[in-house]
Amino acid sequence: MNRRDFVRLSGVGLGAAMLPDTWAAGKPVPAAELLNPGLDPAAKKILADVALNTAKSRGATYADVRIGRYLRQYFFTRETKVENIVNSESYGVGIRVIADGTWGFAATNQVTKEGIARCAERAVALAKANAEIQTEPVVLAPQKGVGVVSWKTPIQKNAFEIPVKEKVDLLMKVNNSALQNGAAFVTSNLFFVNEQKYFASSDGSYIDQDIHRLWPTFTVTAIDKAAGRFKSRDALSAPIGMGYEYLDGLASEKHSVMGYPTVYRYSYDMVEDAILAAKQAKDKLKARSVPAGKYDMILDPSNLGLTIHESVGHPLELDRVLGYEANLAGTSFATLDKWRSKNFQYGSNMVNFVADKTQPHTMAAVGFDDEGVPCKEWNLVKDGILVNYQATRDQVHILGETASHGCSFADSWDSVQFQRMPNVSLRPSPDKYSITDMIRDVEKGIYILGRGSSSIDQQRYNFQFSGQLFYEIKNGEIVGMLDDVAYQSNTQEFWNSCARICDQDDYRLFGTFFDGKGQPGQASAVSHGCPTTRFNGVNVINTGRKI
Amino acid sequence: MVILTPDEAKKIIDKVLSYSQADELSVELTGSRTGNIRFARNTVSTSGETENLSLSVTAIFGKKIGTATVNELDDASLEKTVRRAEEVARLAPDNPEYLPLLGPQKYLESQGYLDTTARLEARQRARLAVESIRPSREKKLSAAGYQEDSAGFQAIGNSRGLFGYYPSTSVNFSVTIRTDDGTGSGYAAADYNDVAQLNTRAATEVAIQKALASQNARAMEPGKYTVILEPMAAGELVQFMVRAMDARNADEGRSFLSKKGGGTRLGEKLLDERVTIYSDPQDPDIPASPFSSDGLPQQKVVWFDKGVVKNVSCSRYWAAQKGLAPLPQPSGFRMDGGDASLAELIKSTERGILVTRFWYTRWLDPQTLLYTGLTRDGTFYIENGQIKYPVKNFRFNESPVIMLNNLEAIGKPVRTRGSMVPPLKIRDFTFSSLSDAV
Repeated sequence: MNRRDFVRLSGVGLGAAMLPDTWAAGKPVPAAELLNPGLDPAAKKILADVALNTAKSRGATYADVRIGRYLRQYFFTRETKVENIVNSESYGVGIRVIADGTWGFAATNQVTKEGIARCAERAVALAKANAEIQTEPVVLAPQKGVGVVSWKTPIQKNAFEIPVKEKVDLLMKVNNSALQNGAAFVTSNLFFVNEQKYFASSDGSYIDQDIHRLWPTFTVTAIDKAAGRFKSRDALSAPIGMGYEYLDGLASEKHSVMGYPTVYRYSYDMVEDAILAAKQAKDKLKARSVPAGKYDMILDPSNLGLTIHESVGHPLELDRVLGYEANLAGTSFATLDKWRSKNFQYGSNMVNFVADKTQPHTMAAVGFDDEGVPCKEWNLVKDGILVNYQATRDQVHILGETASHGCSFADSWDSVQFQRMPNVSLRPSPDKYSITDMIRDVEKGIYILGRGSSSIDQQRYNFQFSGQLFYEIKNGEIVGMLDDVAYQSNTQEFWNSCARICDQDDYRLFGTFFDGKGQPGQASAVSHGCPTTRFNGVNVINTGRKI
Repeated sequence: MVILTPDEAKKIIDKVLSYSQADELSVELTGSRTGNIRFARNTVSTSGETENLSLSVTAIFGKKIGTATVNELDDASLEKTVRRAEEVARLAPDNPEYLPLLGPQKYLESQGYLDTTARLEARQRARLAVESIRPSREKKLSAAGYQEDSAGFQAIGNSRGLFGYYPSTSVNFSVTIRTDDGTGSGYAAADYNDVAQLNTRAATEVAIQKALASQNARAMEPGKYTVILEPMAAGELVQFMVRAMDARNADEGRSFLSKKGGGTRLGEKLLDERVTIYSDPQDPDIPASPFSSDGLPQQKVVWFDKGVVKNVSCSRYWAAQKGLAPLPQPSGFRMDGGDASLAELIKSTERGILVTRFWYTRWLDPQTLLYTGLTRDGTFYIENGQIKYPVKNFRFNESPVIMLNNLEAIGKPVRTRGSMVPPLKIRDFTFSSLSDAV
């Protein structure tokens, strides 16, 4: 299935614009086939050894093989109609080798001993051909083989086992609730992913992993025909590394702030959020257009997560810093000399960013990365100072380290693995401090929730973010809704204006399901945790126009 | 061989149709060979080649629809795929917006397939990359680039007798050249159906020139400026507008084409009278498929005529609801221009900013088509008809609709990302802040 087919499958193509080509990879299958357990690990080990032995016999000094089965189920609805339900499966083998100091990669959907041997030969031949124009031989950090191991996302309910009808009923309830509460239009979606990944390498690792994540989302639109205006409000859910239990809507996992928006942690009430969204979309039609100027910003995790992703996650990718992404995504302001100085003030001294692939419920959490490195947690920014990057086995020597950070990822068996973002999260304040406390302390400010428009330059200095809901704060109280709000800043200036961070009780996850990078493009999923956070004196522009 | 002839494709499609037990069956058969090479820091980083044939079968029972695909074309696989699509369809809920499949259609001839591109081999691909890397190395600059070539075909058919076949080739190249001290960056890109037209060395020379000329940019106050948008920059904003022209959204009151009190702006003058935008699958500069994926014929369509909204794309379902003719979205478009070259536009400018391209352009308001983004890889100050010095990149907040009402001059169209777009001179273009990014 190519992108065009996918756009057609998705009907009006909500989301199609934000979906990468790779999401569409795979063949549609009946839902029942998604429960088929696939090949058992012992059989995969035999096939993996064919790849490793063939590569070695052809002259590879290192080889790894990934046998991947990628299952996806997605639902598209609008108003009272189900537009499409797609079940897809993609299965194959990717083999990566080093020969003559150069990477080579080949992939095949012929998951047989013969198909895999031929594929390994192709990978070695490609490496040798590219070696002729290679000027920087690969230096690989050592990784001891971990033997035969397995890992599974800790889920309570496998989303693929929930009947299709139950999921359709939920979305129809969501849509009807929005329509009954004043929405003119509503689209809703469920995305479920299960990656069954088997990895083996010439280091002696045989790793079987079963990875789950999901994303329930919707967009509600309200219309004022007489005025010729419309406003929409997207779901405040987070894509998350959980099972279907995320949709239980537990009361213990939600709270509302001063009677205003309701926010969710590890359990999401999609119907309730749709009702609120319909009412809030109508309120947005009447909201006051923001006067441009400086405001103290209170950013909910559903909004700040994207700002962290763009202004901290991406600039600290070591391959970007080194120039490997210069032709597409760009490079980074966070250069090696800033890191070496040990005094580059990325943010105010209360700002601590950790990278990890271990945090429960996050989408980057796995046992091992796609080059067999056990996952861990490490600091990126400590007490406001830049202290580290995100690296893979062939990069980490540049940082003077001898072990990879475990940041290698490929989005499919037929994509080559490269450095991808781990979870990057802002540590909560150790002192007790709630959202209500924070709002009470602000004289002139804006409280923003939800993911909106985002744009950032190719070195990650200048950014502009919008949101879904904007509340005006005056003298410690929410006084009403604003519209046409976007905040503009510079990464270093912004994080140095960070004035207060709420405590652990308010720590929640934001996620991005389709983070794009590379040429040809690949998608990855990653989470960003943070509590509600305050930034002082941020520049707000008014985005209202007349045409 | 993954590129089948029309006869070979039809034979397979007819066989698939013969297995059908569904009320209706629709088939799409595609094949392609795609190769790529990626380089950075003046050396190759990754490369790859993939071949694929894909058959997609959609079965319909009443208003229930199911799709299945396969990449093996033996008889057993074909039949299995039809059964699988039928099984998915039986389980699906009714889609009340489903319309019966189209019958036989007449399609235009379009020449988008070039043997030169189809025959491209790994060695030639590497040579084209080296021609980009070498001048960069010689000048002690750093090149990062990507080249992808593809040859393939698309065939469609269905149980009502429709059949269409379209072969095409493409090659896309882009390169970013950066100075070693990181203060200069230049970019060039090219896309063609015929690889013989691709000159990676010439494109790289443009990027080199921009990288060197953009070093040590000066800061200018953000504000409203006269700008000259090179075709890459102009095309990015114009294509957002063309792609947003949807009849259903306009009728439903959620489009830049929706009118106060209901109705749409179809037939109204929305842009400067010098703006004419149309699409034509037979345009020799940007040949495109003569049919859309649901089988509707693509024809020459004028979207804006002298600033007036002439046509809006419309799905088959919405057309049936409203008693209109369905009109598919085009794959590319041509914006009419004049004869002036980019150099002549610069020469005619007393004071302005030259923009090479935009980056990270995202919508802010679908109602006004307000977009934000940044300039990148070569932004220059123009004074008295001459480029005076490089300036720091700006963030812009602008709508293509507003921009095309503030038109000063239009240059000669060139191909960029599958469309023909002229360089544009625009007054009062809104830059809202500065960026330190190079």
